[in-house]
Amino acid sequence: MSAWKDPFNADHRLGACSCGEHHSQAEHDAASATASAAPSADLSADADTEAMTRRTLESAVMRAIFPDDNQRRKFLRAVGSGTALAAVSSLFPFSALEAMAQEKGPLEKKDLKIGFIPITCSSPIVMADPLGFYKAQGLNVQVVKTASWALIRDKVMNKEYDASHMLAPMPLAISLGVGSNPQPINVATIQNTNGQAITLSVRHKDKRDPKMWKGFKFAVPFDYSMHNFLLRYYVAEHGLDPDKDIQIRVVPPPEMVANLRAGNIDGFLGPDPFNQRAVFEEVGFIHILSKEIWDGHPCCAFGVPAEFVKQNPNTFAALYRSVLTASKMARDPKNRPIMAEVLSPAAYLNQPKTVLEQVLTGRFADGLGQVQNVPDRADFDPVPWYSMSVWILTQMKRWGYIKGDVQYKDVAERVFLLTDAKKRMAEVGLTPPKESYKKFKVLGKEFDPMKPEAYVESFAIKRS
Amino acid sequence: MKPEFLKSTLLSLAIFCRFIGIWQLATMPKESAAPQTPAGMSAEYAALMGLTAPKQSGFPPPAEVGRAFVKFLSDPFYDRGPNDKGIGIQLGHSLGRVGLGFLLAAIVAIPLGFAIGMSPLIYRALDPFIQVLKPISPLAWMPLALYTIKDSGISGIFVIFICSLWPMLINTAFGVAGVRREWLNVARTLEVRPLRKALTVILPAAAPTILTGARISMGIAWLVIVAAEMLVGGTGIGYFVWNEWNNLALPNVIFAIVIIGVVGMVLDRFFATLQKFVTYAE
Repeated sequence: MSAWKDPFNADHRLGACSCGEHHSQAEHDAASATASAAPSADLSADADTEAMTRRTLESAVMRAIFPDDNQRRKFLRAVGSGTALAAVSSLFPFSALEAMAQEKGPLEKKDLKIGFIPITCSSPIVMADPLGFYKAQGLNVQVVKTASWALIRDKVMNKEYDASHMLAPMPLAISLGVGSNPQPINVATIQNTNGQAITLSVRHKDKRDPKMWKGFKFAVPFDYSMHNFLLRYYVAEHGLDPDKDIQIRVVPPPEMVANLRAGNIDGFLGPDPFNQRAVFEEVGFIHILSKEIWDGHPCCAFGVPAEFVKQNPNTFAALYRSVLTASKMARDPKNRPIMAEVLSPAAYLNQPKTVLEQVLTGRFADGLGQVQNVPDRADFDPVPWYSMSVWILTQMKRWGYIKGDVQYKDVAERVFLLTDAKKRMAEVGLTPPKESYKKFKVLGKEFDPMKPEAYVESFAIKRS
Repeated sequence: MKPEFLKSTLLSLAIFCRFIGIWQLATMPKESAAPQTPAGMSAEYAALMGLTAPKQSGFPPPAEVGRAFVKFLSDPFYDRGPNDKGIGIQLGHSLGRVGLGFLLAAIVAIPLGFAIGMSPLIYRALDPFIQVLKPISPLAWMPLALYTIKDSGISGIFVIFICSLWPMLINTAFGVAGVRREWLNVARTLEVRPLRKALTVILPAAAPTILTGARISMGIAWLVIVAAEMLVGGTGIGYFVWNEWNNLALPNVIFAIVIIGVVGMVLDRFFATLQKFVTYAE
């Protein structure tokens, strides 16, 4: 097949299918069906496979950077293909990707559907699609934008999605049967750390002390979300009872800005880019970033049903590697502007690029007239620490979402797949941590994962 | 062309122009000068807030919406993966769902309506159920449907089905029950078999009423599909509205609203024509 055109040649056109030759994937499939019927000399040559893999990767990356093919050609004519190749290769680990693509077990299932909510937390699983990380693993993944977290839960439980972007507490809640029927769901990786904020309406610029928030209405994306637990923790530390002194309601992230503008809510602890979008729309300001509550807190997770893990071990491993490759790329600050570029189109986050850039690079307008520079505003550390899971369980217990005795460590180690994550991290060149539990501080108060019950007891404001 | 028709068309056009004019006036930018950095604000802050480039905030003017029309209608069938499709494809998905749900409802409602209309006993027995089920908002069925059917696509169709069912059922029963006694008596005198009686006497007599029910059902189905797709997502015109709302892109939302209205009108006209076709003069 002569379809493997050089993406660094300005005279070639990159199409919309996986090889770049055809206008659509359907056309491509039709063409390859005919091609495989008649044995092709190109395909039979083994040596060519490697080159083809590389071409696919390069094409995918170039297509992602230049969605408009004319721009790519202009760019290449302007700087020359050698410079372009060097520049792009320095940003993308082509050789690492290639090595991965070579080592393929027999995949049990190739066509997968993965759900996501259009927020920056979903970056790794979403960008793995336009950047071709799934294809590199031989997977044909559809990432499907979803309207709300409740729908994500239902679609995962109905097996409409093979895996999904989830809030980190959701797999715990679903596995325990809290807020749904029990069904074991695993956390393969943490999608992102930090990257949330408390945004208040511009009407409240003078009310920066949480003690003045009595009677405020806040929105969080879901009951079983870090947002809910962090907001509760934050106001409780300032002496407000989150169930009595303020109102917390569930609003899907995209609707938070509209509600803030309409004055239905006074603020929200929500995911980006909607905090920055509220600032951009001049309806809100960023009160604090969530990293100031707990630096390095998890937010969203890559949730996979335990049944899928058991039935499709090779597919799961391939999926793991694709997502971790994306996490690895997302962690590098110099890739952040490209991520903003790749994620902003309508098919993915559907947000203005400048908003995404501010979120991802951490150089942002705070809505109060200042430009802040917080490079670790959003991070994408994939390690699913057991200690994070234990903390989430302590908060679920604290606010009465779960009752009775909680087997903290037991549940944490069953739901969070830390051992698998360590193994797959090493495979894609990330350094896995040695320990499984670590202590951390939330608003200056130390959390010891070995003493969860004492931790719950230590709070003055609690439900249990 | 009749002068009456001409007059009403002219009046419609005048109302439309007036409406656009008021809209334009109401959304006119306050100062026409190029955007500039407000005093006392650093240039970078202004750039990050999007103040240096023309930014759409507040209600969009007609020209902006016009641009959205041109943009979407010039390429209605593009397909960029599962989350970004052209308006033609989205409409196709919505119409497919509505058509399927509506067809299923017709298959159930018309025979059942016949049974209810022909037998006062069945009518009285089923009446309480119909009265309770009829006023339930179709969207209230959604969580239940998702939970039991375990498939969001089918759930959407189910919701269309359940909301199209009642007007058709009630109208069919009403139409069948209202067939003139004399005609039925003539059929009885001629010893026409029940099936033939239903098809050649009752059906033509009740057809206008049945189609009125179908027309109402279709109107409701088209109302519901938008809300259902906003909830379930994936494809369809409702998903399109939701996706553009995400981006707070009001021109695109207005575009979708107009398209929804136009398609709804076309569907209604279609049933009105059908109705004319089966209407008879006594």
